[in-house]
Amino acid sequence: MSDPAVSTIPPGDLPIPSDQPAVEVDQLNFFYGDFQALKDISLSVEPRRITALIGPSGCGKSTLLRSLNRMNDLIPGVRVEGTVKVLGSDIYAPEADLVALRTKVGMVFQRPNPFPLSVYENVAFAARVHKTARGAAMDELVERCLASVFLWDDLKRNLRKSALDLSLEQQQRLCIARLLAVVPDLLLMDEPCSTLDPAATQGLEDLMGELAKQYTIVIVTHNMQQAARVSQDCGFMLLGELVEFDKTENIFENPQDPRTDDYIRGRYG
Amino acid sequence: MTSVTKQKIAFTILGGITVLVALPVLLIVGVIVKHGLGAISWEFLSTAPSDGMREGGIFPAIVGTCCLVVTAVVVAVPLGVFAAIFLNEYAGDNWLTRLVRLAIINLAGVPSVVYGLFGLGLFVVVLKFGASILAGGLTLALMNLPVIVTASKEALDAVPQTFREVSLSLGVSKWKTIRHLVLPNAIPGILTGIILEVSRAAGETAPILFTAAAFYLPGLPQSIFSQVMALPSHLYAISTQVPNISLETRYGTALVLLALVFIVNSFAIFLRARLRAKRRW
Ligand SMILES: Nc1ncnc2c1ncn2[C@@H]1O[C@H](COP(=O)(O)OP(=O)(O)O)[C@@H](O)[C@H]1O
Ligand SMILES: [Mg+2]
Repeated sequence: MSDPAVSTIPPGDLPIPSDQPAVEVDQLNFFYGDFQALKDISLSVEPRRITALIGPSGCGKSTLLRSLNRMNDLIPGVRVEGTVKVLGSDIYAPEADLVALRTKVGMVFQRPNPFPLSVYENVAFAARVHKTARGAAMDELVERCLASVFLWDDLKRNLRKSALDLSLEQQQRLCIARLLAVVPDLLLMDEPCSTLDPAATQGLEDLMGELAKQYTIVIVTHNMQQAARVSQDCGFMLLGELVEFDKTENIFENPQDPRTDDYIRGRYG
Repeated sequence: MTSVTKQKIAFTILGGITVLVALPVLLIVGVIVKHGLGAISWEFLSTAPSDGMREGGIFPAIVGTCCLVVTAVVVAVPLGVFAAIFLNEYAGDNWLTRLVRLAIINLAGVPSVVYGLFGLGLFVVVLKFGASILAGGLTLALMNLPVIVTASKEALDAVPQTFREVSLSLGVSKWKTIRHLVLPNAIPGILTGIILEVSRAAGETAPILFTAAAFYLPGLPQSIFSQVMALPSHLYAISTQVPNISLETRYGTALVLLALVFIVNSFAIFLRARLRAKRRW
């Protein structure tokens, strides 16, 4: 793997003013049919930082993450109350543009899920669909995005290789590269390392640190050590509630809520 | 009896049954080739029948069948694929879509002669297309639609849901996701449906008998409103209504029909294999 210290992230594309929160969630309630998965959640995510959401399995971390790019809309029978503002605009407003929202807010899934296409075509996918780049410009885009996730040196001779033949870590990096090609501002990551071994996890965490120089990242993890290692802000969730949201060091060293304390000390498993 | 011998006996019986299933197909092909091969000549393939259909070739029937199949495919494939896209990607599970699905399943079981009568009523008489390539092609298309819709829907359904999710999460609209990701991945399965239906459209006699087929028409069709000869109806005609026709001519006609279907199928299967090898998950 290349040295993460040598950043190849492209300059420019820094649209979030530093003083404005990237995400503001206000009194969000979320229902799967009759089941309330999120209860009165309020939080704000600062730009160009890594915000982690931790909590036991089933507490609503993924649901909260997926309500930030409205991926929950695909599930029938869901209902949302409250407001979510991403980069200043209310994403649940009736006039909200889902396609525009999702180009600004990208998502990395739990399992690496490259398309059954070549490495090159995976990265090029969105630009091909929207016809925003071709020929040399497309080559340049693919190189830039692969370089941003430190895959370029490994794969530059194998761009026509099927993405499905890559290692899991490479696949997950490729999925991030595919996402960067859309030029998002906010990256949502739902347990992105859960299928990776420790070395690959370490690699991906280094990458997150690099990406946070330019992008705002919200990561869900059930691995507390990972949250402590990578994030600057951290929220602890339990049974659909956001119990505590603070700077990461405060959560881990000086939690205000006894339930957070219990979790940090490993009493929920 | 030990379990090993039992297993051997079971394998032998199962193997025998498999051969038994394949045997009729091989016999049919064998008999047709044996009796028909002698009739095949350039003249047979490229000239019109003569001498009350006892001499000459079957060229107009070959052309007619090709015209009918092409018309049927051109109509049925886009309609069927779009219907499948609608059913699988857009329509939810409600009484209307359940009704449509039920109708499609039942239509697939309707005997082809019923399609023929329906085509006669609608296309030939009411819409006044007359007995023509258009009327026959549309009738065949109707007959093909249920299978094409069902196969296409299954192929779309088999494309993993995560592909759609990822594409939507990349800010690609639903239609573009279908167009650029789901459909390309479903093409091999869709082709399977089309392959099946091309053979059926080429081989069925009943649907075209009243809607397109001419008994004897040595010229070539001038437009889609022309009546045509077609291989299956020609075979039917010479086998039942032309006395003293040589066995060779009849089997030769069947052989050409078989070869035509075989060529189209091999091409489609080859195409499907190429596409499958390229896209997998
Ligand atoms: N599609 C769904 N339909 C109904 N309930 C769901 C659905 N997805 C998740 N849930 C429920 O919502 C709760 C939160 O789920 P989730 O957000 O996936 O938790 P986490 O990511 O923290 O493990 C769980 O109790 C889960 O059973
Ligand atoms: Mg989850």
